[in-house]
Amino acid sequence: MSESNHSGTTSMPSSKRAFDIVTDSLGKRYAAEKRFRIYGIVSIMLAIAFLLILLVSIVSKGLPAFTYTQVQLPITYDETVVDPEGGRDVDTLSRANYSALIKSSLRELFPEVTERSELRKLNKIVSSGADFLLRNRILENPDLIGTQEQVWLPVDDEVDTYLLLKDNEAFGTGRLSESQVSWVNRLIQDGKMENRFNRTFFTASDSREPESAGILGALVGSALTLLITLIISFPLGVAAAVYLEEFAPKNRWTDLIEVNINNLAAVPSIIFGLLGLAVFINFFGLPRSAPLVGGLVLSLMTLPTIIIASRASLKSVPPSIREGALGIGASKMQTVTHHVLPLALPGMMTGTIIGMAQALGETAPLLMIGMVAFIVEVPGGIFDSATVLPVQIYLWADSPERAFVALTSATIMVLLTFLILMNGLAVLLRKRFEKRW
Amino acid sequence: METITTSSTSVTKDTPLMTPEKPNEVVENKVIDRDHRGQTVGDVTVENPRMTARNVNVWYGDKHAIQNVNLDIANNEVAALIGPSGCGKTTFLRCLNRMNDTIDGCLVEGEIALDGKNIYDKDVDVVPLRARVGIVFQKPNPFPKSIYENVAYGPRIHGLARNKTDLDEIVHSSLKRSGLFDEVKDRLDQPGTGLSGGQQQRLCIARAIAVSPEVILMDEPCSALDPIATATIEELIDELRKKYSIVIVTHSMQQAARVSQRTAYFHLGDLIEVGPTSEIFTNPKHKLTEEYITGRFG
Ligand SMILES: Nc1ncnc2c1ncn2[C@@H]1O[C@H](COP(=O)(O)OP(=O)(O)OP(=O)(O)O)[C@@H](O)[C@H]1O
Ligand SMILES: [Mg+2]
Repeated sequence: MSESNHSGTTSMPSSKRAFDIVTDSLGKRYAAEKRFRIYGIVSIMLAIAFLLILLVSIVSKGLPAFTYTQVQLPITYDETVVDPEGGRDVDTLSRANYSALIKSSLRELFPEVTERSELRKLNKIVSSGADFLLRNRILENPDLIGTQEQVWLPVDDEVDTYLLLKDNEAFGTGRLSESQVSWVNRLIQDGKMENRFNRTFFTASDSREPESAGILGALVGSALTLLITLIISFPLGVAAAVYLEEFAPKNRWTDLIEVNINNLAAVPSIIFGLLGLAVFINFFGLPRSAPLVGGLVLSLMTLPTIIIASRASLKSVPPSIREGALGIGASKMQTVTHHVLPLALPGMMTGTIIGMAQALGETAPLLMIGMVAFIVEVPGGIFDSATVLPVQIYLWADSPERAFVALTSATIMVLLTFLILMNGLAVLLRKRFEKRW
Repeated sequence: METITTSSTSVTKDTPLMTPEKPNEVVENKVIDRDHRGQTVGDVTVENPRMTARNVNVWYGDKHAIQNVNLDIANNEVAALIGPSGCGKTTFLRCLNRMNDTIDGCLVEGEIALDGKNIYDKDVDVVPLRARVGIVFQKPNPFPKSIYENVAYGPRIHGLARNKTDLDEIVHSSLKRSGLFDEVKDRLDQPGTGLSGGQQQRLCIARAIAVSPEVILMDEPCSALDPIATATIEELIDELRKKYSIVIVTHSMQQAARVSQRTAYFHLGDLIEVGPTSEIFTNPKHKLTEEYITGRFG
């Protein structure tokens, strides 16, 4: 067959031969394809496995933090304790000795305890932060003074830990004494002590006591910081991208700028923190630990991401649409605002949301500007000291108390939830506004 | 150069453009050698020019896309640009309303005047220029907006309509003239990108004529149209010619013969031959033109 080809007048191989070659190589080609598919599936499986391990460990550690052991106590708001002067003065009300109310309530429940050291142990059952709850109730509603009501109060974290781990032989009674264990068991039998939804986790800020610690402060701090970041980086990023992509002449300068923007996106974030410290705090004298400075620093970090995403999205608008508009006499500006921007905006927003999600999880630069302080107040504005979710995680992960482990994981769960929501929104936007032309 | 068989038909540096010496008589039945390039055969000038192009050279980066093109577009005339693919018809067309400005690395040299004013002068604003010299692109490019918005956009940005009724009137008549109205009158609010290729082409024609340009550049406006729609567009071209000037690029000899009064033949960036359409098709002077219209290549 090959002989005839050599001698034949045509240099083309006969169709029979070409077909044979194709069928011969077919097996090899399919095998390669199959191998490649298997590699792909294996790597995806690995990724999913790691993700699952991570999630399971976080969720199993974090879930307990969403509930907390609480004890129901009949509290009498004794006027002589709460408001001895009877003036209902806010100052007096907030300085009153609310732990006395808890102590007397406990003594009524356990009249057999009389010894001083035992009494102290009894009082230890209830969280030392519980009196704040009572204070807040009275401040909200002073009419309660003089009345009695059943109130659910958090127990001390040692009690909670004991209840979590009591089935474990090695743990024994933990740091609780025999008498405390017996009181706890009696309260549980009477239905006065149970695991309830931990509202404190969502309504309080950081605290030395795990049972009164919550993430509200960090959440608000994160929200304020992200707000600043968004307000600064979205308009700046979009404007920069539009200028570079649509208006700027393509020359060495714009090439240089492009390279630099791409480089900025790869700079380690802690460098931005150092820059923020030097410029915003030391030079401009802005307050330390404030969401304003945090937002400024994170803007520096997200700007390159937003610019790159926005430029890509502008590039994806077909030039024929620009030509169509220019061809009937639209100005450059009209072409951009009427046609190009509306088409590019979904992509820009997707990029922005992804940048925001990065900013939400960013820790290092915020450590540099002092957003790592122990802050018990919910920040009221962008100038107040604040912390953010990832920094809160960092802080709690460092705390020695066992109960903080659960809080740490629970906070990670909250952070992950927000990240998933944001990325989901980005995907949704992309799907929703995807235009075909 | 030496192979020129006639001394009077080509535009040379010595022969002023405006005084061609009766070009057609001398070369009767003589076909110019196909290797002869660089000088256009036939009379590139007209008596009542609307646009005049002189010594136009275009580069895309290093690529010299068209070389030394001289051509006039007369008032109330349809000029057809023909030639094999890639010969620079689109490039020349886009020079006439400075659409090439939008291409990076595209350099246009020479002079193109509209009513005597060089449109490449520094002080010329391209926005009104493009409103006066409209263009229909080779590939239909409707905006991803409603059919109505596609046509209304031009009149709106130029403030051609005083109110909604005016605008409706402009949109409807433009669509009618491009022969699209009956097909889309019930769905003017649907996206223009959802139309078929031929419908999109007519939508783009409607969009271009909605701003009443004085010169209309059409780049293969009927390439995706059936014979009936083509006839509608050709009627439109005929009607537009009464008031305006039209330059049309086409690959269909028949169409060029039907609609145009003058035809220009491009070849590899050179304007080879220009002449009255009837003459180009019946009695081409240049060998390349002859080969092209008799279908030997292209
Ligand atoms: N944007 C561009 N960048 C670089 N080269 C280009 C560009 N546009 C056109 N060219 C080149 O210029 C030459 C002329 O192109 P042009 O589009 O004018 O051809 P045409 O005559 O319109 O062809 P067709 O009939 O296929 O539309 C071609 O060789 C083409 O490759
Ligand atoms: Mg073309």
